[in-house]
Amino acid sequence: MGNMTELNEQALAKYRNSFLHEVEERVEEGDWVKMCMQCGVCAGSCTFGPHWEHSPQKIFMMIRAGKREEVLRSDSMWMCTSCYNCVVRCPRKLPITQIMHGLAQYAHRLGVAPKMQPTRDLSLIFWNNCIKTGRVNELRFTLSLYFKDGLMAGIRQALSMQSIALALLMAKRLNPLEFFKGHECKDKAGIHRMLKKAQEIESRRQGAHK
Amino acid sequence: MTGSIATGEIILVVGGGISGMTAALEAAECGKKVVLVEKSPTLGGRTALLYRYFPKLCHPACGLEINLRRLKGNRNVRVLTLAQVTAISGARGDYTATVKVAPRYVNDNCTACGDCERAVQAEIPNPYNYGLDQMKAAYLPHAMAYPQRYVLDPSIAGTEDGERAKSACKYGAVDLDMKEDTLEIRAGAVIWATGWEPYDAAKIQPYGYGLYANVITSVEFERLADPHGPTGGKIVRPSDGKEAKNIAFIQCAGSRDENHLRHCSRICCMASLKQSQYVREAYGAEGRSTIYYIDIRAIDRFEDFYQKVLKDPGVQFIKSKVANIVQDGKTGDVILHGVDTEGYHRYANSHDLAVLAIGMQPSVAAADIPAEVIADSSGFIEGALAGSGVFGAGCATNALDVNRAVQSSTAAALRAIQVVNRVARAEEAS
Ligand SMILES: Cc1cc2nc3c(=O)[nH]c(=O)nc-3n(C[C@H](O)[C@H](O)[C@H](O)COP(=O)(O)OP(=O)(O)OC[C@H]3O[C@@H](n4cnc5c(N)ncnc54)[C@H](O)[C@@H]3O)c2cc1C
Ligand code: SF4
Ligand code: SF4
Repeated sequence: MGNMTELNEQALAKYRNSFLHEVEERVEEGDWVKMCMQCGVCAGSCTFGPHWEHSPQKIFMMIRAGKREEVLRSDSMWMCTSCYNCVVRCPRKLPITQIMHGLAQYAHRLGVAPKMQPTRDLSLIFWNNCIKTGRVNELRFTLSLYFKDGLMAGIRQALSMQSIALALLMAKRLNPLEFFKGHECKDKAGIHRMLKKAQEIESRRQGAHK
Repeated sequence: MTGSIATGEIILVVGGGISGMTAALEAAECGKKVVLVEKSPTLGGRTALLYRYFPKLCHPACGLEINLRRLKGNRNVRVLTLAQVTAISGARGDYTATVKVAPRYVNDNCTACGDCERAVQAEIPNPYNYGLDQMKAAYLPHAMAYPQRYVLDPSIAGTEDGERAKSACKYGAVDLDMKEDTLEIRAGAVIWATGWEPYDAAKIQPYGYGLYANVITSVEFERLADPHGPTGGKIVRPSDGKEAKNIAFIQCAGSRDENHLRHCSRICCMASLKQSQYVREAYGAEGRSTIYYIDIRAIDRFEDFYQKVLKDPGVQFIKSKVANIVQDGKTGDVILHGVDTEGYHRYANSHDLAVLAIGMQPSVAAADIPAEVIADSSGFIEGALAGSGVFGAGCATNALDVNRAVQSSTAAALRAIQVVNRVARAEEAS
C-alpha cells in the first residue's frame, strides 16, 4: 500500500494550489464536484443530516475553497449511510454517495482519516475479515467489532445484543460453528491475486505522477 | 377569404395566445392574409389568466384589449377556435394543413346573455382557474374571451342539460347537432405559437403537491389574487379558507433539474417577486413573503424590480432549494425543511401557504409538431430548418416573458412575410 504520509506529501506537492484538481484526479467520481450548484437539496434530504458536521453541499464548497485539511480530516463523509436519498434528488445528478465514499477512502489511503471513527473501524474490520477467505464470516466479524475496544467493552456489548443473537440462532441465520472454520471461497489464492491487481490499479490512479 | 389572392400568400398561425395574436396582427397589418388557429374556445392564452404583469404591475386585460381591438378592426385575419392542426404537408410557399374543428354547440347568434349557463345544472372543473373551482358546463371562458360566445362542454351534448340549454336560449344559438369538422387550409408559411404549460407539480414528489391542499403552484396563485378568480381575489388557503399572510415561494420547482425540466424557466423568479407584491397589496405590513431560491434570475432591466423588492421589509430571501414540505394535519400550516447556503443552517420553517414557482414546458413538444423544426433538449423550437417556411414564436420557442414573446412573434411574422412575398413575386412573374 506504500507509505501513507509519503503519499500525502506527494499529493500536497503536486496539487499545492488546487485541492479541487486533486479531488478530480484522485477521488472516485471526484470530477463531478465542480458540477454542484450549491442548491442544498442533498444536505436537506440526508437521512443523517443533522448529525454531520459538514453536509455534502458544504464539503463540495470546501473542496472548491481549497480546505484540504478540514475536508480530509473530517469525519463527515464517514457518516454517509449510502441511502442514496441525495443522489436521486440532486438536480445536477451528482453521484454524491459515491463521492462521499471516494473521499473517505482517499483520506484513509493518505493516512489522514480520523482515528476511532466507528464507520472506519467497521469498514476495516469488514475488509480484513472478507479478504481472508473471500467470504465474510459474520460471527467473527461481529465479535471483532464488539471486542475492538477491549475485553470488558466487548462482553458488555455482546450481552446487550444477546436476545438478537439468540433470535438469529433460532432463525438459522447465525451458525456458532463458523467460529472455528467458517465457509470459504474455493479459489482463495485467486481472490488474493485479484485483490492485489485491483490495488495496483488503484494505486496507479491515486498515486500516479502525471 | 378574397378570391384574388393565391393560397401560397396566406400565413397560417397556430396558437392564439399573446404570441400568436401578435404574429397574426403584425402580418395582417402589413396587408397579408392570415388564418389564426386556436385550440381552446378563446384567444388570449395564458396571459389572460394572470392577475398582473411584471415589471409594471399593470393588468394583462389592457394589452389583451388593445390586441382584440386591432383584431376586430382588421379584415385580413380569420380566426378559428376549438381548432387544431393535425397534419401539415407540402413545402415552403405551398403548405396544406389539416385542421380539426371541435363542435362548440353554440353558433354565432349567441349574444353572451348567459341564459344557457343559468339553465344548465352540470358542473365541470374550471380550467381557466386551473381547476381550483367548478363552472357550469355551459360557459363563457372568461370576461375577456374572444369570440364573446358561449360554449357547451361536450359532456352535456345529448343529455337533458343540453336540452335545457337549448330551450333557454332565446336566439336559437344552441345547436346540439354540431359535429367535428375537418378543414384543409393552404398557406405559404406557418407560424407555430402554441405556447407553454406548467410542469406537472405532482411529479416533484417531496413537495407534496396534490397531497397537501396548502401547496399550490404559481399559476394557481395568480388566480387566487385575481378578482375574477375562484376566491374573488382573496388570498386564502385552500384547506380552510384562512387568510394566507405568511407565504413561502419555492423557486425552480421543476426547473433546472435533471430529474424534471433541465432548463431555467426564466420568468418564475420574476413571477414570485411580483407575487410577493400581491401579498403586500392584500395584507399591508402583515403580509410576509419568503422566497426560497438557488439564485435570483431577474434578467436585464428586471433587475430594477428585484432591487425594489429587496428593499421591501415584508419580503425575506432564503438561499436554499427546499428539500421537502409537510403539512401539519392540525394547523394546516406547511413546514419547509432544508439547509441554507449562507451559513449552512438547517431550518424547519412554518408558513400558511407554499407556492411552487412552477417551471414552463412547451405545450406541444417540438417532436409532436406535425412539421419539421429544430428542437432543443427541452422540446422548445430552437429554429427553422434551412429552406423551411415553418417558424416558432413566443413560448413555443423558449420560456419567455410577454415582452420577449411578443418580440419573437414579430420576428416570426417578418420571416413569414418574406416567404409569402417571394410567392407573390413568383406569381407575378408567371
Ligand atoms: C406564474 C407565471 C406568471 C407570469 N407572469 C408574467 C408577467 O407578469 N409578465 C410577463 O411578461 N410574463 C409573465 N409570464 C409569462 C407569460 O405567461 C408568457 O410570456 C405568455 O403566456 C406567452 O404567451 P404565448 O402566446 O407564447 O403562450 P400561451 O399564453 O401559452 O398561448 C398559447 C396559445 O396556444 C394555444 N394552443 C396550445 N396548443 C395548441 C394547438 N395544438 N393548436 C392550437 N392552439 C394551441 C393555447 O390554447 C394558447 O391559447 C408568467 C408566467 C408564469 C408561469
Ligand atoms: S443536491 Fe447536488 S447540486 Fe445541490 S448542493 Fe447537493 S450536490 Fe450540489
Ligand atoms: S427563473 Fe428563477 S425560479 Fe425560474 S428556473 Fe430560473 S432560477 Fe429557477
